[in-house]
Parts: sequence; C-alpha cells; structure tokens
Amino acid sequence: MLILLPVQEILKNIPWLVVLVLAGNGSGKGPLWGLAGLVIALSTGTLRWFTTSYQIGAVQVQVRRGLLRRRTLTVPRERVRTVDLTAHVLHRMLGLASITIGTGRTDRKDDRGLKLDGLSVQDAAWLREELLHHSGAAPTGGVAAEDATLPAELARWKPQWIGYGPFTLSGAVTVLAVVGFGFQIVNEDHLNPSRLGPVDAALHQLGSASTPVLVVGLILAAAIVISLASTFGYILAFWNYRLTRQSGTLQVTRGLLTTRVISLDERRLRGVEFSEPLLLRWVKGGRCIAIATGLRVGRGAERGGSMLLPPAPRAVARSVSALILGTAAPVEGKLLEHGPVAHRRRFNRVLLVTVPVMVILLIGWRLGDVPGWPWLAVLVLLGLGMPLAEDRYRSLGHAVVQGRLVVRSGSLVRRRCMLSSEGIIGWNLHQSFFQRRAQVVNLTATTAAGRQAYRMQDLTLAEAVRVAEQARPGLLAPFIVTGPVPAPLEAPIPGPA
Amino acid sequence: MGQDPRTSAPWLRPPRHLVSPVAVWYWTARAAIGWVVLIVLEVIWMVGFPGSSGWHWALLAITAALAVGHLIVMPRWRYRVHRWEVTPVAVYTQAGWFHQERRIAPLSRLQTVDSERGPIEQLFGLVKVTANTASAAGPLRITGLDRATAQGLVEELTAIAQQTPGDAT
Repeated sequence: MLILLPVQEILKNIPWLVVLVLAGNGSGKGPLWGLAGLVIALSTGTLRWFTTSYQIGAVQVQVRRGLLRRRTLTVPRERVRTVDLTAHVLHRMLGLASITIGTGRTDRKDDRGLKLDGLSVQDAAWLREELLHHSGAAPTGGVAAEDATLPAELARWKPQWIGYGPFTLSGAVTVLAVVGFGFQIVNEDHLNPSRLGPVDAALHQLGSASTPVLVVGLILAAAIVISLASTFGYILAFWNYRLTRQSGTLQVTRGLLTTRVISLDERRLRGVEFSEPLLLRWVKGGRCIAIATGLRVGRGAERGGSMLLPPAPRAVARSVSALILGTAAPVEGKLLEHGPVAHRRRFNRVLLVTVPVMVILLIGWRLGDVPGWPWLAVLVLLGLGMPLAEDRYRSLGHAVVQGRLVVRSGSLVRRRCMLSSEGIIGWNLHQSFFQRRAQVVNLTATTAAGRQAYRMQDLTLAEAVRVAEQARPGLLAPFIVTGPVPAPLEAPIPGPA
Repeated sequence: MGQDPRTSAPWLRPPRHLVSPVAVWYWTARAAIGWVVLIVLEVIWMVGFPGSSGWHWALLAITAALAVGHLIVMPRWRYRVHRWEVTPVAVYTQAGWFHQERRIAPLSRLQTVDSERGPIEQLFGLVKVTANTASAAGPLRITGLDRATAQGLVEELTAIAQQTPGDAT
C-alpha cells in the first residue's frame, strides 16, 4: 500500500516538524518551513516504497531496498526461525500488517532483521505460513528427555546467603537515586532543611566535629546505608530461590513479593558463566549465569532471565556450574597462563595512561601555575593501578576441557566462561600494531549465545592456533603454516572463477 | 599480521585474494571527506575569529600535513592488508591497517549474505559483501570488491549456506 510508508514517515518525524515550525516562527516563515519538512518526509516515504522489493524464492528470501545505498539482504529459507506479524493502529485502519523475519541472530539492537512493511493482512498471513512451514524450522536434535522423572533440584536458597547481600553493591544505584531525588526536592521547592529542628541540631553537632572525623563518618554512613539497601534488594529478588531441571528444561524460581519463574530450554544452553565481582571474591562468593542463545547477556544479566544462581558461596556456585554442564572438569580444572608478554602488557596499559599525564602535570607544577595536588593524585592512581594490573594478569587463563572452551579474565569482575565447542561459530584474531611486534594475538570465539564473543587476550601465536584447533578441529587447519610466512602477494588476484 | 621469519611456530597464512585495486581510491576518497570537513571548519574559525593568525596557520599546516600523510599511507597499507578467501568449509577475511583483524567462520554457520553499495562505493563501482553468522560479534566484511567478483561471491556463499540444515546457532 503506497499510502502507509509516507504517513508513517510523517508520524515518525512529527517532533522534527514541530521543531522546524517553531524555529521558523522566529523568522516569520514557520508554516513554510513546516511545509518543506512535510514534503521531504512525504517523498522519503514514497521513495522507500518505490525502492523496496522482495522476492520469496524456492531456497531464499531476498529484500532489496535503498536508493543511494542499495542493499540486498539474502536469507536462506532454511535459516528462517521466527516470523512475527505485527499490526499497529495505522496498519489496522488500512488493513495492513508488517512482517519481521527472524533468523535467530539473537536480539541484536542494530539489526531489525528482514522487515517487510505494508503487506496486506492476507499476504502477510500467507507469507508467514509459507515461510514457517516449508523451512524446516522445527527444533533440531534434542537432549535425551526423561519425561517421567520428577524435577531434580540442583540448588536451593539458604537463609545464610543473605550475608552475601551487602557485597553485591546492588543497592548503591538505588541509594544514589534516592539521594539525587532528595537533593532535587530540596532545590526545586526551596526547602531549607536547616530550618527543621532535628536537622538543625544534627548540623550543629556535625559542625563541631573536625574534618577527618566528618569524612570517615560520612563514608561509614554511606557504606551502612548501601549495605542495607543491597541486602534488602537481595532478599526481594532472590528469596526462596530454587533451580530445578526437568526433561531438558532448567527452571529458576525466585522472589519475595513477585515470584518469577524462568524456564530455559537446555537445547539453547551453550555453557555457564561463573563470575566473581571483587567484593564478592573477598568473601569467597560467586554467582552463575547461563550462556544461552537468544538470551542477551549484558548489564543486569545477573538479575535477568539468564541468572542461574544468585550471589552464593563459591563452592555452591562451582557445584551448580558442574551440575548444569554435566561435568566438573571445566569448572575445577587448572587453566593455562597467558605468558610474559600478556603480563607486561597489563602493566604497560596502566603506565601508558598515567605516566604521560603525570609528567605533564609535574612540569606544569614546576614551571607553570598548576597546583601540586593533581600530579600526586595521578601518582596515587598509578599506585592503585599496579596491583590491579597484576590481578588482571593472574585472572587471565584459558583451556579446552571436555569439549568446552574455558576462558577466564577480569579483575573488578572476574569471569570464568565455559562455552561448549559446538557453540563456537567463528574465530576473530585481532592484532594491534604493538601486538604484531610482540607476536601475540587476541583470540575471540564468536557465538550466538550469551556475550556473543569470548576473548582470550595476548596469546602467543602458536598457542592461539593450538587452542582454536583443539576447540574446533579442522576450521583453521587449511590456513596454518609452519615456518616463514609466504611473502604478501603484490599483484591483485582475480576472485573465484 | 606479520610474523618473525626466524620463528617456526605454526601461524596462519593470510587469505589468498586481494580486493580490487580501485579500493585504494575509495579509501582515499572516504578519508578525504573527513579531512576536508575538518579543514573547512578550521578555515571558518580562522575567518570568523581573526586574532593571533600565527596559531591558526600553524594549526592548518599541521592538519594539512597529517591529512596528506594519512591519505598517502593509509589506503595503500589497507590495500596490502585487506584480503579474503572462501574454501569449501570456511570464509576467511583479513582487514584493518594499523590494527588488523582476521575472521574465520565455517560456511555451515553462515546465516545471511548482504551486499551493499554506499554512495562513494557506487562512484568507484565497488561493493561491500558482509557474511553474517548468528553471533553479533562475527560479521565477516569484505570491502572494495568489484561488482562481478562480489556477485559471484554472494551467489556462492548463499548457495553453500543453503546446503546446511538447522538454524546455525
């Protein structure tokens, strides 16, 4: 339908049109500007309609679009996994629908998949049937299902775990938000808290204390408030947590006020991530999240759908990981170190960031009118960076154990990711200029699950090749050479015949 | 992706095929646009806020020198690095210049193959081919292919991707 896209384009751009009209009002030509914007929006929408075409072939779906930037998207029909049919108000008024063809490229933000907008409802419904029924999108393989068995309990919450609450720092955000909100109220409403009796008295008492006492007191108060908030958050989220497994499905039940039940098909599971944030590491705690396709891992994953175990004793986290993986070797096994170059490069990073800044500030202090404390502050940062660099190196480790690639890294949050080899769908080998000189490489296993990429930093070239070949035999083999690398080819070579 | 010729540890050879030599001019043009914008801004600043013109000229001279250096070195370096290869089991690409990256994906895990021609690419008759896997971290991009090569490549990859059943995750 030709009318849909231009109208949508106008609706989408209403804020801009308003801005145009308002901006133009200053010069007395507001409506004229608005009209110009309207025409542009209309023609963009119309052009999009004229330049988009699709073709459903026997083996592939092809969409062509764009005028200046011609794009052709080709999807083999075998890869079609989901077909979503959506109809907004505008669609429904016009008897139209849009179809989004999903290929299981997870829920990538930048990728809207193959979207066909403005189909008639009948066409859209027919297309959905056609694509889903002839693509063999049925689930493949499957874990040996024992439907008769009762759910097996893998882990259950213990009240002692609340002790790990303060170390999750999850309350920090909440406390900051509340404090910010409080300040805003005080500012906006011109409230003067010192006019309130008790506050006034407290301020007087504080005023009589010396500065160091005040600072220490404030830090202590903040620590206590954040700990309490974190503990409260922990109880709210993870009360009565239970992890069970039944006929190939993992199920997490948890929550105090709202009980959440999250099911995860084990066919989608590609591994387990065992992570220890620094504070939790100090008190020998850890947590687990799932590495599964279609479950994006990012900020807040430890509370979201991929959470398998809330902050709990490290031993529990290890045994739960082993139970889910079906083997303890990847969880307990020793990892290979990354070697002296990786060690040196961790320190180089700290030095490269801090030393130049410090030297400039030092010169400024001696020769110019820069105060003395900034360079000292950078010196303190440098001092803190050294143990961090050492810890970051000690965290680095990798191994291939029982068909799992195990990758460990990180200091502030140390993660041990155990990814099944079948889950690896490619390798990226990245070398900066300096890494090329030092003969090391960052090897990244790409996957459709979890973080999408699992990186091993600063491996020696031979070790990178060995790990990749051990995890996925044969993929790299045709490209491996021993001895001197053949000289780069200077003459252009024609493509495949 | 160099290696010290004295060592004999196993390492990967670069992919076999270079991209179209026209790509050198494409990269030059693309980078030139950025530099021109920067220089125009500096000129506007110079005209709009006349003052200590010595500084202005110095800044302009430095920018121009950097631009010339970048425009001479970067595209040629890139041309030596950018390579690709398709074997019966895998796609293998190499890209970058100062920092370089090699990507390898098994053909059995390819999901979609896109070909794209931006405005500048159309000017030079070049195509960018992207082979996507199910991972957000793994698209294999080959920039600067001539049209015939790109078309052949897309057809070949699509045909192979079609042969493997399942959803390739």
